Amino acid sequence: MLLRLAPAATLAVLAGPVVLGLAFTVLPAFGFLPALGGTTFSLDPWRGLLAAPGLSTALTLTVGTGLATTLLALALAAGLCAAVAHRPGMARLQRLMVPLLASPPSGLALGFAFLVMPSGWLVRLVSPWATGWAVPPAGLVTVGDPLGISLVAALLIKEVPYLTLMVFAASATVPVERLMAAARALGRDAATAWVSVVFPQLYRQVRLPVFAVLAFSMSVVDVAIIVGSTNPPPLAVLATRWFLGYDLAYFHTAAAAATLQLVLVALAILLWLALERPVAALGRRWLARGSRSRAAGGAAGVAGAVAALLILLGLLSLLAMLVWSLAGSWRFPAALPDSWQLWLWRGEAGDAAALASTSAGIGLAAVAVALVLTLACLENEQRHGLHPGAAVQWLVYLPLIVPQIAFLFGVQVLLVRAGLDGTLLAVVWAHLVFVLPFVFLSLADAYRALDPRYAMTAAAMGAGRWQVFLTVKLPLLARPILIAAAVGFAVSIAQYLPTLFAGAGRVATLTTEAVTLSSGGDRRILGLVAVLQAALPLAAYGLALALPFLAFRRFRGMA
Amino acid sequence: MTAAAKRANLGREGSHACAGVPFMNRSIALALAAGLSALAAFLGPPAGADEAKEAWQDILAAARGQSVYFNAWAGDPQTNAFIAWVGELARERYGIDVRHVKLADTAEAVTRVVAEKAAGRETGGSVDLVWINGPNLLSLKEKGLLFGPFVEKLPNWRHVDRTKPSNLTDFTIPVEGYAAPWRMAQVVFLYDSARTPPASLPRTIPAFLDWARAHAGRLTHPHPRDFLGATFLKQALVELAPDPAVLQQPASEETFATATAPLWAWYDALRPHLWRGGEDFPATGTAQLSMLADGEIALAISFNPADAAVGIRKGTLPQTARVHVLDGGTIGNTSFVAIPFNAAHKEAAMVLANLLMSPEVQARAQDPATIGAFTVLDLASLSEAERARFTPPADAVGLPDNAALGTPLPEPHPSWMTRLVAEWERRYTR
Amino acid sequence: MSEGTALRGALVLEEVSITSRVGARLIDRLSLTVAPGTVATVMGPSGIGKSTLLAYVAGFLDRRTFAAEGRVMIGKERLDTLPAEARHVGILFQDPVLFPHLSVAGNLLFGLPRTRWRSRAQRRARVSEVLAQAGLAGFEDRDPATLSGGQKARVSLLRTLLAEPRALLLDEPFGKLDAPLRAEVRAFVFAHARERGLPTLLVTHDAEDAEAAGGPVVALNGPGGVRPPCD
Repeated sequence: MLLRLAPAATLAVLAGPVVLGLAFTVLPAFGFLPALGGTTFSLDPWRGLLAAPGLSTALTLTVGTGLATTLLALALAAGLCAAVAHRPGMARLQRLMVPLLASPPSGLALGFAFLVMPSGWLVRLVSPWATGWAVPPAGLVTVGDPLGISLVAALLIKEVPYLTLMVFAASATVPVERLMAAARALGRDAATAWVSVVFPQLYRQVRLPVFAVLAFSMSVVDVAIIVGSTNPPPLAVLATRWFLGYDLAYFHTAAAAATLQLVLVALAILLWLALERPVAALGRRWLARGSRSRAAGGAAGVAGAVAALLILLGLLSLLAMLVWSLAGSWRFPAALPDSWQLWLWRGEAGDAAALASTSAGIGLAAVAVALVLTLACLENEQRHGLHPGAAVQWLVYLPLIVPQIAFLFGVQVLLVRAGLDGTLLAVVWAHLVFVLPFVFLSLADAYRALDPRYAMTAAAMGAGRWQVFLTVKLPLLARPILIAAAVGFAVSIAQYLPTLFAGAGRVATLTTEAVTLSSGGDRRILGLVAVLQAALPLAAYGLALALPFLAFRRFRGMA
Repeated sequence: MTAAAKRANLGREGSHACAGVPFMNRSIALALAAGLSALAAFLGPPAGADEAKEAWQDILAAARGQSVYFNAWAGDPQTNAFIAWVGELARERYGIDVRHVKLADTAEAVTRVVAEKAAGRETGGSVDLVWINGPNLLSLKEKGLLFGPFVEKLPNWRHVDRTKPSNLTDFTIPVEGYAAPWRMAQVVFLYDSARTPPASLPRTIPAFLDWARAHAGRLTHPHPRDFLGATFLKQALVELAPDPAVLQQPASEETFATATAPLWAWYDALRPHLWRGGEDFPATGTAQLSMLADGEIALAISFNPADAAVGIRKGTLPQTARVHVLDGGTIGNTSFVAIPFNAAHKEAAMVLANLLMSPEVQARAQDPATIGAFTVLDLASLSEAERARFTPPADAVGLPDNAALGTPLPEPHPSWMTRLVAEWERRYTR
Repeated sequence: MSEGTALRGALVLEEVSITSRVGARLIDRLSLTVAPGTVATVMGPSGIGKSTLLAYVAGFLDRRTFAAEGRVMIGKERLDTLPAEARHVGILFQDPVLFPHLSVAGNLLFGLPRTRWRSRAQRRARVSEVLAQAGLAGFEDRDPATLSGGQKARVSLLRTLLAEPRALLLDEPFGKLDAPLRAEVRAFVFAHARERGLPTLLVTHDAEDAEAAGGPVVALNGPGGVRPPCD
């Protein structure tokens, strides 16, 4: 009975923040915000936005980097899976990707920027002996290039592992081995077999995560500030700049930009959906030709190699941040720090333990609620055939699409009205708004794709629905559930603005500490906080991958 | 006794001066303060010495036991440690509990106050005291979101240097007691003297052109949407405007066009020689400082005259880092602390604001080993012992003296900055 | 009362009709009585709705996709009004669908009614007993993924039978086995069903299966056209 209330409960938890968050994004975009004296509706904010210099470049940059990141991330993740599918290397590769999954995007971006910039590590490693550069070259453009290539690369370092993980989680519900065997028996090499028969089945299951990547890469702010161009930056940065700018008069323009951002992401998703059919048709035609050429395998190999290179760059980025956190001073062109120190680590050690326990507590609470609601919704859907309407789905995913700063203003108004701001409950609630969509989209497809015959067989043997849920579905879905939990936990740990806004600045976490310290720009501290921030999610991902392995190590069918 | 120990010892004595003095001494001091404040017209109706003292005693009594949520930028451990130290002092002396709400950007606190206003929370607000700079401060003041005037009630106000216009007038707008000054800022240019000989540095804004030509790609400024980036343009404008006096008035279409014409001509000539040909800019002031530390650029604008000294101390800048000031002077302004209209703990906030203006705290703040914040106090109004504590430590490297800094130039009216940034974006955004 | 005796324990379908929500009628007023110990066969090409019929009998019909009416009974007891887990109708699919997270014994224990075998030792003993009878002695702790196709099929049937079903539904359970194995598994399944006197309903498109079943054969040749997703 309670289960039937699950969708309603989920909506109740999300609707308040999302509707108000949206209202306080959209209404000020039309001039309405009594707190700042806007009591009538007008189109002035839109006029202001359209007159903003460089808007068209910003829009091109947003859409271009967003689509490029998503397409490449999907292609590279697929290529990687195809290249290493069912080779022993897969497990090792996953272990290598875990630190990248666990790191906050901004930490990785900072490391990546330091790696590739003209005064960065890569140049330092070969200077001055090979390049003759005693000072960094002035003409070299890497980070912040006008086309957004470095932004796409920095995002890929984060998103390729994420999509690879999602593909991996989804593959538990598809008979990969049998499909591969069948295709290889028909004369396809392993990579081609994977691309042609396994991937089309998996794609349906990773579609929501793909949309999450699309939404994230179009609306990301911190990474874009670190490695993106500034003149103009992508739209989300523009909006945030106006929101946090020194002139409250820009609040309305900022709201209009945030609204436009929302529309843009929605359009990009619709465009993606519209292109799915023709692309699938092309794919079918390619399959129908029955070609046994190795071109597909070759392409997958190239994609896999590029993905592997990106993972290597990502790991080097993390290593760079770790080295910086131990550096005393590190000047160009030294390949390693000129001096070392430990005082940063010692100084933070005391605070870090307390901050980490607060962060972990909030993260666990948010993930627990998100998991219960998600599982209840999905189980309810299977029992009663209730599909959440499209409108509800959009509502759940909205928080991922709107720039946080716009959205959170409304959330904050709600919390202040309810007298909840500054409490842990409020912080958990605000985190839930961002954790739940990720947990839902990480889990939903795998849950829906679980072979229904397991549940049928169990029921035919007299097992009640709860027994089936607890003894069949949960264990079979242990891997995607734990991975969804780890994803949600990492999302919670990385939240800065929601923690700050809901906590009224009074709830301090590793990330609030990290972000505020980052604003000082001392790269040694940036390195320290990147490592600290990555530590908790790292443990979560480690457990998520290790627990099912340990629990089911006897069972090959669960591998 | 080492210099440091002396300072520490003086610190203890100094503390008596501001809080623990015997009753008679303090009432004399307060009477003097009241007399001084009566001279200053903007301070409102003069209060009798006893009245002022009593009022302050009431505030102290009300503040005892309160927590004050101090919203302050927390971008480096030194600043955080300094605020923690002040908090410890406040607990010992006044029994108030200072909670540092760590911000990456002051606007986060401004947004929170606006959200509380939008939600109708008129009392019990979550921000008690906020470290706030010009435009953010003026925004809040204009929208009626500040508590006050309260500054004249603070005993340490009598030490504040009122000959520095920025302590009273922020961006040409009178502060009118709605915010308490606590540190000075002044434009300087950071450089590494080992790589760039001081003699080669441009001493005027027009000279930047030749310098940039000779050092192609080694000069940039933060994006003008960043406060420091806008300040770069303002600094140039102050020097290039045919009649700088108009900058103290709100800009009009006409005055703006006339005053900025030389600026744009200069900037058009300069831009191709900037880093990345002036097509892209560091997003923030801190990003620009990192570029200097990495050697990608050779000259960087900063708003803290002690930045070189602090950077050397921290190890982020080489021992040879120095600051450079222009011959015609540079823009200076004051950082304030303000209390939002709905603050839950206004009394404790006032006590903390007063403590931040105390000679003891100001002297410690000015030490480059802590945060290197130039004082807002008039050293002449202090006792000999108090004044001595402001002497820079002998081992401080890279610290400019007051003579080198000169008198700071006033900030233009805020409308100039708004227009400058908009016009810059119109001209130079891709 | 000869009719009554015949009905007792029989699987009875009365006027069963199944319509796809998109309009195609898959099963049109099918009536069928399967006596205990006999194997009735529903024949028809792929996509005609055979599996959908079994899903209706077992209680798994997806009501979002199909509308169905008509009675399903064991003897005189209505099943179609009960939830799947209360019908006690065993089902075997084309794949053995062994739970991959449980050992062979774990799979078998899953179906063993708690009311009959209470103690752990009793339950384990019962499982070992049936395994031994099926030529799988010592397989208790094996990972199902390591079994051969024939072994999996046998474990799957044993699991279903241990749950003490009142009827058995077979959804092309031999379809994926190669020829020699197919005959062996088929004989194994039919023998067990007959031995226990279970009314068994087999759906297949293979005439050989129908012949081996030896019971009544119903040929479905409905309109087809619309291919139901679960077939």
